[in-house]
Amino acid sequence: MKLLMASTGGLFVFYVLAHMYGNLKVFAGQDAFDTYAHHLRTLGEPILPYEGFLWLFRVALILALVGHAYSAFYLWSKASGARSTRYAVSAASRMAWKSQTMRWGGVALLLFLVWHLIQFTIVKVNVNPDVKDATIGDSPYALVVASFQVWWVVVIYLLALAALGLHLQHGVWSGAQTLGWTNSPRARRTAQTTAYAIALVTAVGFALPPLFILFGVVD
Amino acid sequence: MKITLRIWRQAGKDAPGRLVSYQRDDVSPDMSFLEMLDVLNEDLIAKGEEPVEFDSDCREGICGMCGLVINGEPHGPQVTTTCQLHMRSFEGCDSITIEPLRADAFPVLRDLVVDRSPLDRIIQAGGYVSVNTGSAPEAHSQLVPKVHADRAFDAAVCIGCGACAAACPNASAMLFLGAKVTHLGELPQGQPERDARVVNMLNQHDEEGFGGCTNVGACATACPKEIPLDVISQLNKDLRHSLVRGL
Repeated sequence: MKLLMASTGGLFVFYVLAHMYGNLKVFAGQDAFDTYAHHLRTLGEPILPYEGFLWLFRVALILALVGHAYSAFYLWSKASGARSTRYAVSAASRMAWKSQTMRWGGVALLLFLVWHLIQFTIVKVNVNPDVKDATIGDSPYALVVASFQVWWVVVIYLLALAALGLHLQHGVWSGAQTLGWTNSPRARRTAQTTAYAIALVTAVGFALPPLFILFGVVD
Repeated sequence: MKITLRIWRQAGKDAPGRLVSYQRDDVSPDMSFLEMLDVLNEDLIAKGEEPVEFDSDCREGICGMCGLVINGEPHGPQVTTTCQLHMRSFEGCDSITIEPLRADAFPVLRDLVVDRSPLDRIIQAGGYVSVNTGSAPEAHSQLVPKVHADRAFDAAVCIGCGACAAACPNASAMLFLGAKVTHLGELPQGQPERDARVVNMLNQHDEEGFGGCTNVGACATACPKEIPLDVISQLNKDLRHSLVRGL
């Protein structure tokens, strides 16, 4: 069960890093970003149909998400079943608060994911009243820029990124521990450093495009 | 020292329990924690009340009997067992809450006494090595590299007190399992049963109703013997190997 959690988590780490790389293409301009988005859909052609690779990837991600969430809820319910009488006094301060945020942080990320997919993939909602839908057309770049010119969209994303960073910091380390890769003090330090690095790079890397768009550097 | 004690009182296994307050005015900072409870009990007996039941045996910090949860921390604020804790650690403290180790796998028998036999059954399931009886072999006939011997010994200091499970927000005893798996797995005598050990111990652990480990680390913080968290990583590694080998 925990191996499932760790391996699906690992897949997400790679996906998130690839996703971030794609986002940073915003800085290369509209053409580069739109071409990249289109290329993802034609990747693997003609062996795969249009969007074929993308759908293979999506199915893998959906399966991984189901596995990840299932094992999380399994462990959660087992934990609450293992101590029915709670302590009158609990020394919660001794617990790393990052590990405490894993469960509710995970749920928050799931909710964010739903909103994020609706906004940019499924419905493609334009929330910016100053930009007409016609000017956006089917350019993903135009939609991204129009969306992040709205301050509250940026706030939602920054909150989600904070949750993602915390989740990754504990998650990457925890995955290494579950896979049995942290058996010496040196391996433990490496896992800790890697976890911090991945969390920081992801949070900052994702935060850059929305912030630059909000402050008008990219338009 | 003047201290208000709030102690969990429970008449029997299925009886309802509650916290009862006792005012103590004559606590010496040099008393050990259990001595302080002994004095309380003498007073209670003199007054004709039921004394507070708690477990203790060696009072040297090596037997693992005296697990109490003091102010929410198993074995209290110091990195030591309850019997080796002194009242001077509570100077400036107005009240101390004393509860039994809480996990459904550790049912409360009475007051602060819990049944920790699940840990014994986990040991029976795999925490052993098989040896031939007869005269003991020469100690140096089997050489063990120092790094392995050291790591085995670091894990072998586990006294099986159950503080890890009591501290764990999931009520998981994985640090206990990890300590045993690492201790025996680092030594040549532990190799023949290595693959089966981790699987059998884990199955028994789950059957006893302990929760699953989510790598929080509260166990290693609470452990009076400072068993490091990496023994759980070792357990996971052994489990992965035994799954690959098809056990």
